[in-house]
Amino acid sequence: MRHYLDFEKPIAELEGKIEELRRMSAPDGINIADEVARLIDKSAHQLRATYSKLTAWQKTQVARHPDRPKAKNYIAGLITEFSPLAGDRAFADDAAILGGLGRFRGRSVVVLGTEKGSDTESRVAHNFGMARPEGYRKARRLIELAGRFGLPVLTFVDTPGAYPGIEAEARGQAEAIARSIEACLEAPVPVIATIIGEGGSGGAIALAAGDAVLMLEHAIYSVISPEGCASILWRDAAQASTAAEALRLTAQDLRRLKLIDQIVAEPLGGAHRDSKQAIDAVGAAVQTALAPLLSLDAASLKAKRRDKFLAMGRGSLS
Amino acid sequence: MSWLNEVIRPKIRSLFARRDVPDNLWHQCPACQQMIFHRDLEVALKICTHCGHHMRANTSERLAWTLDDGFNLIELPKVPADPLRFRDSKRYSDRLKQARDATRMDDALTVAHGSIDGQRAVVAVMAFEFMGGSMGAAVGEGIVAAGRLAVLQDAPLIIFTASGGARMQEGSVSLMQMPRSVIATRMVKDACLPYIVVMTDPTTGGVTASFAMLGDIHLAEPGALIGFAGARVIEQTVREKLPEGFQRAEYLHEHGIIDAVVKRTDMKAALARFISLLRIKEAA
Repeated sequence: MRHYLDFEKPIAELEGKIEELRRMSAPDGINIADEVARLIDKSAHQLRATYSKLTAWQKTQVARHPDRPKAKNYIAGLITEFSPLAGDRAFADDAAILGGLGRFRGRSVVVLGTEKGSDTESRVAHNFGMARPEGYRKARRLIELAGRFGLPVLTFVDTPGAYPGIEAEARGQAEAIARSIEACLEAPVPVIATIIGEGGSGGAIALAAGDAVLMLEHAIYSVISPEGCASILWRDAAQASTAAEALRLTAQDLRRLKLIDQIVAEPLGGAHRDSKQAIDAVGAAVQTALAPLLSLDAASLKAKRRDKFLAMGRGSLS
Repeated sequence: MSWLNEVIRPKIRSLFARRDVPDNLWHQCPACQQMIFHRDLEVALKICTHCGHHMRANTSERLAWTLDDGFNLIELPKVPADPLRFRDSKRYSDRLKQARDATRMDDALTVAHGSIDGQRAVVAVMAFEFMGGSMGAAVGEGIVAAGRLAVLQDAPLIIFTASGGARMQEGSVSLMQMPRSVIATRMVKDACLPYIVVMTDPTTGGVTASFAMLGDIHLAEPGALIGFAGARVIEQTVREKLPEGFQRAEYLHEHGIIDAVVKRTDMKAALARFISLLRIKEAA
């Protein structure tokens, strides 16, 4: 069963009708085929129309779509010989951040991904993609390992944010995030970050201070969730859609503000309608972003990365 | 009309009328509710003379308490105000203007250079009174400027933090100040200069999760609230009561996140001592 979002209702109805007609084995099959073709055309048209002008809040829902490919799907689709590595060597392994070695297009790389999980059981196991300090410390350890062996780092970011918990604070959540950002910035190897779904605040930037930051067409990236922002600034979480608009959290807004480097187009109707196509598109974009960085030595790579971030925020929308 | 109205009332009125003296002569301690005479409070560096509570201080007080006489403020680079053209119940540009009028500051960060007990230093101070000390492009740019100035002057960098976190009204632009401020701290470290963070009440969110937690030395004022997530958010997530003293300076010290809790009256001496202990090059 396909999961439809609220605003996809007209599409759901059309696709439901198509399914119904297909199941019917009427004697005048030719007429049905025509009707099905007409409806398919109509629903594709509807899908295109809807997805070409998604609001920020609709994109937020698409970015959080339960069927949207998750970090583990990107790793499975793009990385061969993936060999998970675990733990921060101090406290625990954090299942909210996947990490390990593998090959991307034949090249040995370090991979990191915040993993939300895709059903109730795995969501709980991955803590809904909300990492604890040990997760960010694992990330830092693996980025440093990548640096020592000259391996590029690929990250796939999909997180509501860092986990807000008592233990997380006691173990230095803020310090762990700060060090992870620092590790990205200091890496003597290329760091390519892709925001595949939800780029939630500090928990996202911890893995996304890279040479190239890619963002899927309907992904979001924000300093605070629209719900959180609404409850603080509007004192009403129900104003989330208004807040989403105001926060300028879409890939298109971030590109316009020059805070990300590239937008990766999604299949028609969103990545959840064709995971393979979405994953392939990300693979191609990562390869294109990585290629020119491979010839740079550590010092120029770092300098270029610093300059990129230092130049940010001097522009504005208008 | 009785004689009461004519004689006693005016007298009573005149008693109350004497209250036209500024009502900030006496301050109430937010911790113990006791009243403290303003001059006593000034002499005590805004520490409650009854309970020792460290009250919030403003930027000029911080600078005066930390730097020797004759320090200079630097002009910080201008950044685009309101990059998102943000508006909630009010326009962000109006909120900014209001904050500027109320504080007579441009934004929530001030950078000065001078000396601490004779040793030169760059000191950056965050102003909680300016939109909760939130970090937007101006604060981030200021931290970068402070880092650059420290390198240029071959001086240690000291940052007094006080912040509610990111400035939501600048959206992702404010988020990007996290890596930008981290770069500033690296510039100072690359030059082998000490970077000391003094966390004051409150230091939370994106500020804590970036430059504030990357000091060579972390000091904090007694009782200061320091953390990543807000107490309310944590309570809603974990659905249990937060432990006593949670996210306070002493708690962080106990958990190994800060080096020492230092009383305000001892802070300048502590900074001077750490700088001189770390800067063997300069002493030689």
